[in-house]
Amino acid sequence: MSEPKPGWKTLPEGDVVQAGTAEGFKTGDWRSERPLWFPERCIHCLFCWISCPDSSILVKDQKMTGIDYDHCKGCGICVKECPVKPDKALEMRPER
Amino acid sequence: MSKIIARTGNEAMAEAMRQINPDVVAAYPITPATEIVMIFAKYVADGLVDTNYIAVESEHSAMSACVGASVAGARVMTGTSSQGLALMYEILPIAAALRLPIVMCDVNRALSGPINIHCDHSDTMAARDFGWIQIFSENSQEAYDSLIQAIRIAEDPRVHLPAMVTTDGFIISHCMDKIEILEDKEVKDFIGQERKAKTSLLDINNPVSVGLLDLQDYYFEHRVPVAQAMKDSKKVILEVAEEFGRKFGRKYGLLEGYKLEDAEFVAVALGSTCGTAKVVVDELRGKGVKAGLLKIRVFRPFPAEEIVAALTKAKAVAVLDRSDSWSSQGGQVSTEIRSAMYELSSKPKMINFIYGLGGREIDLPQIRSVYSALQAVDKQPLVQYLGVRE
Repeated sequence: MSEPKPGWKTLPEGDVVQAGTAEGFKTGDWRSERPLWFPERCIHCLFCWISCPDSSILVKDQKMTGIDYDHCKGCGICVKECPVKPDKALEMRPER
Repeated sequence: MSKIIARTGNEAMAEAMRQINPDVVAAYPITPATEIVMIFAKYVADGLVDTNYIAVESEHSAMSACVGASVAGARVMTGTSSQGLALMYEILPIAAALRLPIVMCDVNRALSGPINIHCDHSDTMAARDFGWIQIFSENSQEAYDSLIQAIRIAEDPRVHLPAMVTTDGFIISHCMDKIEILEDKEVKDFIGQERKAKTSLLDINNPVSVGLLDLQDYYFEHRVPVAQAMKDSKKVILEVAEEFGRKFGRKYGLLEGYKLEDAEFVAVALGSTCGTAKVVVDELRGKGVKAGLLKIRVFRPFPAEEIVAALTKAKAVAVLDRSDSWSSQGGQVSTEIRSAMYELSSKPKMINFIYGLGGREIDLPQIRSVYSALQAVDKQPLVQYLGVRE
């Protein structure tokens, strides 16, 4: 059983709440396509990281380490921005 | 000490804005409201106010910038009209839901089409369901006074809703009128030095999220407080009006009754038409006809109980709507009043005149014809267009 949700009289005015709520809201299941990362091609320029609107490019010690599929909505901006040639380090694949 | 000067409605609103000295104004020019923000922009350029003036590329951006500045904690104002207001429609209910006390000067002008720049209330009436307080003005003085009061009303913790103060396009906005202006200090003391916002998007020590996704499980709970705040605002509007009257001598309410006490034939109107109707009421009273006028100053919140109380004793009532809801049941004011009267066991006869669309003049003969119709009300259709060629 989940906790009963609060009623309108007790909620914060204007739905203004503590920052950071998006972290708890898993939007990964909205995807129709997913970005796939090919580490061997990656030059760690982090264009994908700075372009991602959902902070879903995982980075450690200034190197890309993977994709947060819990939050990635599959917009494809990371693939579009990836400068690696001839084959990009990120490619879109259909979700099944 | 207040002083009496000559000002147009737009100049009066710009003067009130100068005295209010908001933190941020974001606006885009549109006839007949252009002058308000144009004059105010000059005040900014001349250093007469401390306002950060944001010149935006559209009214949609204007209202978006107002919302952004307001969630940062600023005291925010804007001005627009007609198509400009319509371009803001997408953002207006967001401002209400976020409980932002943005105050807007809204000059009533017909919505296109056909394209038209003159007065009717179609723009403002279409915005009636967005959670904004709506105050109509009969003249420049009321526009000036109500704009100052609107800051207090909107920022009251019991309200925290945006508010629009309207004038009638050209009829008020561009007509020179005698108005009494308060001292700058009197205005500042009345509204308070600054807005006291509970949170600010710029407060990095207490970061907040604003404008969240709110689905089946919470959206409803975040809309009902807007209704409650609107309901509670009635008391606040009256308190602010009472204090204003006590300090500056001009009395305001939700409504104004003119020779209503023993009136049998009552017209109901909003805005500048009320001044014309008062002349006809005086004429008819001189002839022994018990005519009266009910002016609605505050349309949102809708003062239903007060209107019912004011109309209960009348024999026949004509509601004058300067806009059509296209429902075939009459204008917005009429349908809301009819709804409010439903519970009364003994009701006056009530008819509706839709008049003055696109700035069509409403003159004394037309208003005389309204009172003539009331004296033979049984023969009248529910809804009539007044002053249109067939």
